Amino acid sequence: MAYILEAKGICKYFGGLKAVEKVDMRIEEGHIFGIIGPNGAGKTTFFNICAGVYRPTAGRILFQEKDITGLPPEAIARLGIARTFQNIQLFRYMTVLENIKIGFHIRTRSGFISAIFHDRRYRDEEAFIDAEAARVLEKVGLAAFRDTLASNLPYGLQRKVEIARALALKPKLLLLDEPVAGMNPLETRELSDFILRLNREGYTIVVIEHDMKFVMSTCDHILVLNFGQKICEGDPATVRRDHAVNEAYFGKGLVMGGLS
Amino acid sequence: MSQNIHQPPKSSAKEPSGLRAGLVRITALLERPAWRITFTIIGITFLAVVPLLNLQSYYMGVLCRILMYTILAGSLNVINGYSGQFNIGHAGFYAIGAYASALLSLKLGVSFWLALPLAGLLAMLVGLVVALPTLRLRGIYLAIVTLGASEIIRLIILNWMSLTGGPNGLRGIPAPVLFGIKFSRSQQYYYIFLVLSLIFFFISKRVINSRIGRAWISIREDETAARSLGVEAMRYKALNFMYGAFWAGIAGGAFSPYFKFISSDMFTLDEGFNILSMVIIGGQGTLAGPIVGAIIVNFLTEFLRPISQYRMVVYALLIIAMMWLRPQGLVGASRSVLAERNIGLRRRRKPTAPAATAVKGDS
Repeated sequence: MAYILEAKGICKYFGGLKAVEKVDMRIEEGHIFGIIGPNGAGKTTFFNICAGVYRPTAGRILFQEKDITGLPPEAIARLGIARTFQNIQLFRYMTVLENIKIGFHIRTRSGFISAIFHDRRYRDEEAFIDAEAARVLEKVGLAAFRDTLASNLPYGLQRKVEIARALALKPKLLLLDEPVAGMNPLETRELSDFILRLNREGYTIVVIEHDMKFVMSTCDHILVLNFGQKICEGDPATVRRDHAVNEAYFGKGLVMGGLS
Repeated sequence: MSQNIHQPPKSSAKEPSGLRAGLVRITALLERPAWRITFTIIGITFLAVVPLLNLQSYYMGVLCRILMYTILAGSLNVINGYSGQFNIGHAGFYAIGAYASALLSLKLGVSFWLALPLAGLLAMLVGLVVALPTLRLRGIYLAIVTLGASEIIRLIILNWMSLTGGPNGLRGIPAPVLFGIKFSRSQQYYYIFLVLSLIFFFISKRVINSRIGRAWISIREDETAARSLGVEAMRYKALNFMYGAFWAGIAGGAFSPYFKFISSDMFTLDEGFNILSMVIIGGQGTLAGPIVGAIIVNFLTEFLRPISQYRMVVYALLIIAMMWLRPQGLVGASRSVLAERNIGLRRRRKPTAPAATAVKGDS
């Protein structure tokens, strides 16, 4: 089986704090891969290492069998990994369309000369961006909000703009950091359906999430972190039954009818 | 998917009134291509016939200076306003350009028309040298480095006696000649500044509306997000700095044959602040802002000549007032993080649509 993303023995220490400790992960192409864990378990840190924001203290990250450890975020984006952020990081004072246009940066090449003379390449690329951006907007259902300032959109839609912007990169792997945080159950359901649809279209997706129902119903494979360490990995059913996971979430004691 | 829940806000939510309504109507008119072309042609024709009015050379001198400062303020605005870097040492690049073109024509006898682009290129190279070590710095730290660089450039010029004449400056810089016309008086030199300014704004507008400009703006709005989308932030910040420095060099290169005499005390930090004040007063992150700023500050300089040094106090008060009342400048890019960047005196954020209140709680 081809693994699209592999983490080998990833550690990240902030001074004495072991935020991530020897985590291994293998993501199969075409999967929806969930990373869960209590608050402060190191999920986002681990995620940021995959996206190039942090350089790991030890360990390696392989993307399509190529070592990408320590590459800057922009290089990783160029290789085909797009991401969203836990605290939405849209270009708040740009319209939805302008936000998405930035996503086409790596798929276009025109430089100063093209821009100044509006040569053929410039015109072709701008036409390409306009057409593709319209397509992405249509796909995420934001066409009606094209010219709205991103900061004026409600929370749920801002999340979708972030996903749309990531899709503009035409990524091979999509990293979503808590995509349903702060959404109501209806919005969560919608986003879940949307993620499943993207997956059917061929995107491999990694999701960090707190919402158990969401993770259990959406993901093919789940990695559970606690205090920076992997405590469990497997399909939703396995994770649901796992003792360590239940302990991490509900605490020790007579859980689930005295399983301990 | 969720259109049923959230309706897009209506664009005409609030009808503006009075002066604002007038301005809105005029800008709307200007946005139509036919009108825009007409206005541009009328504007350029008007600017082109000004020297034929036979104004006193004093007034022509003021106009020349305004045109030159539109390039300086405009190029600083590309750095400060569009990529969100904070350069307060623009006078350094201006000085490099001025000395480069003066020395090329005085010592090597290079024609002005060749010396001018060379001056720009040299300033651009110096811009790269300043930008490279500072790319990881943000805000006030970058500002301090650019301030230092500007002073270093001035001190080198002041002390390199054999090349720059030190405190005596350079005199007798020859006037440019084109097709037998000698550009020696401000009536004629006006056209050089006008054409350069038009070229600058034409090119800058196109660059800013291109992929490169979008990358710059995305870095200004949110560098982390921009990098996650594959925008090579370091590269584009360096490019941006070089672009601004290039045009400051061009302005300087055109200035020295105009004034015929340059010395290092024309390029002090005060000059850098002067250019910066034009950008701030006019409005960062807009193309028209630096033009408005250059006009206002230059006229103020002329009106306040009687009180000489004390006019700096007036500038300072003006900048404080601007920061307080209209941090985005007169022309104002209110739709940007720039509008939020006031000095902490007051947070003004108007909810522009009903939905905005729903978003307040997070982020």
